Amino acid sequence: MTKTSKVLLGLLAMGFSLTAYAKENIKIGALVAATGPASFLGDPELKTLEMYIEKINAAGGVMGKNIELIAYDTGANPKKATTFVKRLISQDKVVAILGGSASGETMAILPFIKKAKIPLVSMAGSIKIVKPAKKFVFKTPATDRMACEKIFEYLKKKSKTNVALISGNGGFGKSMRAQCKEVAPAFGVKIVADETYGPKDTDMTPQLTKIKSMTNVDAVVNPGFGQGPAIVTKNFKQLGMKQTLVQSHGVASKKFIELTGNASEGVIVASPPVVVAALLKDSNPIKQIALDYINDYETKYNAPVSTFGGYAYDALNLVVNAMKEANSTDPKAIRDAIESTTSYVGLNGIYKMSKNDHLGLDIDSSIKMLVIKNKDWQLAK
Amino acid sequence: MGNKGLFLDRGIVTTIIILSVIPFLLQNSFHYEIAIMCMLNAVICIGLNMLVGYTGQISLGHGAFAGLGAYVAVILSTTYEFDPVLSILVACIVLALIAFIVSKPILKLEGHYLAMGTLAVGIIISIVLNNEDGFTGGPDGMGVSEFNILGYVFENDIQWYVLSAIFLVFSIWALQNVINSPFGRILRCIRDSETAAKAIGADVPYYKTYVFVISVVIATAAGSLYSYYTGFISPEESGFMRSIELVVMIVFGGLGRVYGAVFGAIIITALPQFLTFLHDYEHMVFGAIIIFVMIFMPKGIVSIFDVLKVSKDKK
Amino acid sequence: MVELLQYSFGGITVGFIYALVGLGFTVIYNSSKIINFSQGEFVMIGGMAAVFLSYAKFPFVLAFPLAVMLASLLGYMLFKLVSMSQNSSVTSLIILTLGYSIFVRGASQVGFDKQMHTLPAFISDTPISIFGATITPQAILVIVVSLCIVFALYYMFNKTKLGKAMLATADNKDAAKLVGISVKKILIMNFMISSAIAAIGGIVLTPITSTNYEIGVILGLKGFCAAIIGGIGNPFGAVFGGVLLGILESFVAGYLSSEYKDAVAFIVLLLILFFFPGGLFGAKKSSRV
Repeated sequence: MTKTSKVLLGLLAMGFSLTAYAKENIKIGALVAATGPASFLGDPELKTLEMYIEKINAAGGVMGKNIELIAYDTGANPKKATTFVKRLISQDKVVAILGGSASGETMAILPFIKKAKIPLVSMAGSIKIVKPAKKFVFKTPATDRMACEKIFEYLKKKSKTNVALISGNGGFGKSMRAQCKEVAPAFGVKIVADETYGPKDTDMTPQLTKIKSMTNVDAVVNPGFGQGPAIVTKNFKQLGMKQTLVQSHGVASKKFIELTGNASEGVIVASPPVVVAALLKDSNPIKQIALDYINDYETKYNAPVSTFGGYAYDALNLVVNAMKEANSTDPKAIRDAIESTTSYVGLNGIYKMSKNDHLGLDIDSSIKMLVIKNKDWQLAK
Repeated sequence: MGNKGLFLDRGIVTTIIILSVIPFLLQNSFHYEIAIMCMLNAVICIGLNMLVGYTGQISLGHGAFAGLGAYVAVILSTTYEFDPVLSILVACIVLALIAFIVSKPILKLEGHYLAMGTLAVGIIISIVLNNEDGFTGGPDGMGVSEFNILGYVFENDIQWYVLSAIFLVFSIWALQNVINSPFGRILRCIRDSETAAKAIGADVPYYKTYVFVISVVIATAAGSLYSYYTGFISPEESGFMRSIELVVMIVFGGLGRVYGAVFGAIIITALPQFLTFLHDYEHMVFGAIIIFVMIFMPKGIVSIFDVLKVSKDKK
Repeated sequence: MVELLQYSFGGITVGFIYALVGLGFTVIYNSSKIINFSQGEFVMIGGMAAVFLSYAKFPFVLAFPLAVMLASLLGYMLFKLVSMSQNSSVTSLIILTLGYSIFVRGASQVGFDKQMHTLPAFISDTPISIFGATITPQAILVIVVSLCIVFALYYMFNKTKLGKAMLATADNKDAAKLVGISVKKILIMNFMISSAIAAIGGIVLTPITSTNYEIGVILGLKGFCAAIIGGIGNPFGAVFGGVLLGILESFVAGYLSSEYKDAVAFIVLLLILFFFPGGLFGAKKSSRV
């Protein structure tokens, strides 16, 4: 053999062994809104995924192989999401996809998921993602509809059924607002006002003043996330309004209390269990998992946990558990195993999937009504 | 140049050859997506370049018109089950009317005021699209029906690639014809000095409006096709950032140069895909690249070819 | 009646923020005829830097000026970039400042973070009640600070030699050079003053609205509207434009529809552009061929 061909053969061999090594990784894709208007969703989601995949790999990986996370930042832009989902499917060749962070981008990628027959576990809120149930699509957060139902159930119990809505008009706020209006009659709740604000608005006193001037308002419900609800809360206090103020699960995080300061006193918040791990009953299996998560996340990132990181945690574990259960990394097998999850104890509730229910959560265990007292959480009675 | 415009010149022939070869380099659906996005963006940019580069009218709201046009087409074919090609045609007519009406007051403005005026119109349009969720599906967007021409359904990458490529070549050819015609000369005169154009008797408002309407119609057609291709549309398509992205493309590529719009569109569309490895640093780097090009290559990327040509001519 | 007053309070508070941003635009435009699309980012930098300095245990008395200095430094950097660019066409400069705003936002994501942050109210949280409508002490502070800045600028431009030199430069660069004014120094100062003003606004605003790396975008746009409505080039116009805009937004949200509140700024802008092309207080233009 000539010297050149020896070198070439050597390089070829190296090349093969490298690709063979690369094949050892299990590729999971993620579409998160790490920048842009939903970045405080995507940021903790990505951080959670990175942290736990590192942990899993350090403990030996799944079926002896390491998980490789291929994450792209969609900026909550559905157009970018469709581009990146194609990249994940046809170029990166992932076996499962986690994401999007927001409902718009999730809905946009569904046709591609269907065509590629790869399981998707979304971290977004809209009920439309799983109703009607789509074969390859699952999600981990409780739906916005469920949040409305829980909130109205609570308000009905308190006999506060004349409700004024003030909603952010981003995707999440709009969607939850529509769901609330739909489910209200079933709880005897009457929507007496329907104000909105833009996600970047800095002053909601006009809308709240309108509500304040009405005589028959028992409670004010604020679907939305981000800086909007914090400003609404502060304005609410400033105007001296006495009604019950209820915030959605979009703000269930210590960050909300930090942003609102004294104005947070007495505010009711609908929240997934992870946020109040310490207040859960010891007999609740979620408690220990949640406390561990809080400890891990807050130690590593020096920031309070949010529900959003929790959605990512549950999404990842559903997929990883499914892989272990099916003992396979074939996308179809993973999908089947996710669907047959009968009892995964997650940060957001206890998941029980079925053919027609690709969320698998019930209202009681997955949403808690909390009240903020002395800048800390308490279970609302 | 000397061409009477009906002949295919070197540039177009080269473009056709390149476009024919590219599919052999594209290995998967993702590559096709990028190629098709580049081509459709290039078409929109060609139209925008005619307005901004050749006629000197800045528009910071072009994305909104493209988005609005796409929404009209998509709503017609999805919600009302019109034939898709008919939907696009109707959308073009509707947007042409809207552009005509808007242009009358807007194009009286100049320089920064025109920039702000177009920006304002664009933002108002995108707010409306975001709020009227009964029609548009709101901030979460809506799914889009399939696309077919007289029953021939476009459902795979090759079909879309060919369609987009034909559209692109046609647009380049059309632009070159316009630019080299007396009409095109008057446009450039308007860009260089509106007062002088008036002095030689050109009906300046007529030309400005004409170009504005054409650029909006082109954007409507290309924008609609893109929405059909991805199967989804959302208000982001009409947002401020999209308008800025389009202007960056043509300035980056080279204002007032036929291929400037094309190069700019290709680079700005494809570049983010190469920068994903930067993760959090992606935006910083992107901003830095824009700044760098604006400072050191003010005539756009296309000016590289000028330099090469000059040194070649010197030999 | 109480509602009217309340809407006005809210509107005036927001309006003065728009005014500060618009004022920043005006200062730069006056001296260099540049529309700085990254003006909003200086507002963001002021707030974010102050927050992060306070996390790093800097006392507020230090954090405030340091944050403003950081913003001024970024203003200086922008000046350097603008002066390096050979193409001074309107479009080019717009893209350059836009590129800079993307860069600064991106740097903020990385240098600070992507979360929302707030500062405690400087004086107190307790709302003050005036004839039944309430306003927070922080909002009053915003108004007071903004007015101080406006008067300081007025004093500088009209009563000091430096200010007169700035006006001269804005009017005619070459003539200014001929009388010995260092045009370059003046321009640098203008950029730095403009970003400092924005940063101060950002810091006093943070206790009211919280801050994050993205707040600059919409504030920049609305501040710009304020400046044009008032007449770009006229500082008092910018202030008037800002407050008018804030009040209009508030009234629209209160009396008409809160959904289209955001559109108000841009609709008013268009009306002004069509019917009062120079802005409400602007000068008439003439152009040479």
